[in-house]
Amino acid sequence: MKKLLIAIVMLASPSAFASGGNVHLDHADVDITDQASLQRGAKYFVNYCLNCHSMKYERWQRMQEFGIPEDLLKQNLMPSNAKPGDLMTTAMNPDDAAGWFGAPPPDLTLEARLRGDDWIYTYLRSFYIDESRPFGVNNIVFDKVGMPHVLWELQGMQKAVFEEHKDENGHESHVFKGFEMVKPGKMSTEEYDQMSLDLTNFLSYMGDPSKLKRHSLGIKVLLFLLVFFIFAYLLKKEYWKDVH
Amino acid sequence: MSALQNMVGWIDDRFPMTKVWNEHLAQYYAPKNFNFWYFFGSLAMLVLVIQILTGLWLAMMYKPDADLAFASVEYIMRDVNWGWLIRYMHSTGASAFFLVIYLHMFRGLMYGSYRKPRELLWIIGMIIYVAMMATAFMGYLLPWGQMSLWGAAVIVNLFQAIPIVGEDLAIWIRGDFVISDVTLNRFFALHFLLPFVLAALVFVHIVALHKVGSNNPDGIEIKKGPKGNRWSDTAPADGIPFHPYYSVKDIAGVIVFLMFFAGILFFAPEGGGYFLEAPNFEPANPLKTPVHIAPVWYFTPFYAILRAVPSFAGTQVWGVIAMGAAIVVLFLLPWLDRSPVKSIRYKGGLYKGFLAMFVIVFVILGWLGTQPATELYTLFAQIATTLYFAFFFLMPWFSKADKTKPVPERVTK
Repeated sequence: MKKLLIAIVMLASPSAFASGGNVHLDHADVDITDQASLQRGAKYFVNYCLNCHSMKYERWQRMQEFGIPEDLLKQNLMPSNAKPGDLMTTAMNPDDAAGWFGAPPPDLTLEARLRGDDWIYTYLRSFYIDESRPFGVNNIVFDKVGMPHVLWELQGMQKAVFEEHKDENGHESHVFKGFEMVKPGKMSTEEYDQMSLDLTNFLSYMGDPSKLKRHSLGIKVLLFLLVFFIFAYLLKKEYWKDVH
Repeated sequence: MSALQNMVGWIDDRFPMTKVWNEHLAQYYAPKNFNFWYFFGSLAMLVLVIQILTGLWLAMMYKPDADLAFASVEYIMRDVNWGWLIRYMHSTGASAFFLVIYLHMFRGLMYGSYRKPRELLWIIGMIIYVAMMATAFMGYLLPWGQMSLWGAAVIVNLFQAIPIVGEDLAIWIRGDFVISDVTLNRFFALHFLLPFVLAALVFVHIVALHKVGSNNPDGIEIKKGPKGNRWSDTAPADGIPFHPYYSVKDIAGVIVFLMFFAGILFFAPEGGGYFLEAPNFEPANPLKTPVHIAPVWYFTPFYAILRAVPSFAGTQVWGVIAMGAAIVVLFLLPWLDRSPVKSIRYKGGLYKGFLAMFVIVFVILGWLGTQPATELYTLFAQIATTLYFAFFFLMPWFSKADKTKPVPERVTK
């Protein structure tokens, strides 16, 4: 009974839904046919993400689909002891990770399907300085995120500008206005945006790797059904000629 | 006599093969004026077959174990040859099944297909609908995503609101104090069994249909009309043999349906987040409650009714009762409709207005069920719930007070 009431109360309270739902997300112009972008995304993912985040429902060999041959895959991306058919796990122990970050870093195989491409693209570009956080950074689309800004050397460090508002009831709220670069990184803003897009593209591809095959097969299936329909319709008409 | 005829004769002496074929297909006389709305019965059977076949193949690869279930679905999606196709067929099929059944039921509502002598046919259909809901509910737990777990938790917790036996009942359903590996295992077993129960119920549904004969958009009993057509002197004059006339017509309908089905399956299997909900791409985590729990779209009208009823006298049971009543009241439809005519074609503006309101209210409730229950939405849901029940409880009145038109003797085109 108590559990039910808690569930009902939770569903009934609008604040339960408010967390993180209202942030504006930038549009990620994802293109999973762009092999160069996917390959760059794979490189960034392996170098910067896979140390902590696993992609444990997918295998290394999947990357061959967007033009990374097996020898390059082994040479540049895979750990030396892994085989192409192995799942992309991380070496980090989840218990250690929970101790370090508050929660184990989530698996990223399905992150694009869970959060959406736009969310990932915006998230990667929305870290800002916040000294109250353990790693000195917070994120606009994921408040109080436990993750450090792994890409800070590339992006640089930015601070968030908020505008203070006070409504008639005296409630104070601050509205996010934009970022201000405090310490530039190795990449220009355009380069970093492109990198974020490549990563998003890669995660989008890996989230649902059947997509390209699905689309090309789907067109064939629809064309077949269209032809089939013409014959089925003519057959029906022929039979029904004598029904008045 | 040819060898084939010999063989048919041999079988017919031992099993009524030709007799069944004739009674249910070649010499089953259906009204000749079926329209668009009469496709959905055969389409529902098609989807049931799709679900059973794809489900069987999924079961060969799926692991009903809380530690393995989520990964086994991704294994099917990624590593099994054509696994993604089978899985998307099954997930799209679940929504397609309900869509088709809702349209099939709406057809019955429009043309009075539940009226005498088809009351039992309607009730069997309603039992099928309830069995479908149970099947879908248990199937939704199997991917073991966040929404699987928490959706099931919210629904099973409803049983706890039942006085005295509620707590024990919920534990009996789960096999545990919370939704757990035990629950997943038994839901898998039942999700595998129920489709065969459904198939048996569909058989009974069709036997009942062929006993009383099909209704039609005019709501005229062709069996009571003049006799004699090109095929038989005793068959209804307005009847045509189901096979080949409706079999070839249904094939065309099936293809059009499959085009829509393939369109979703290949190009938008998530169905805009309604067929495959985004939170379900995160593995079930009993320690992390999602910010917003919503059942799949085909349950949301009833979920909205559940949430619309406030708790009263210290118990939430009223919402559960309202939700149950919203389904039970559909069973009573044959006795609530007192109109002298069956079909919407000959009913007056009063009835048409109420039916239109009902459809709109059902869709609104469905939408509200997907949304968080804010104060405003709860108010909307309360109004919509009232109107939902008003449609049924006022039906004895408005169906009688309605100004009907004269029904013709014979079916029209």
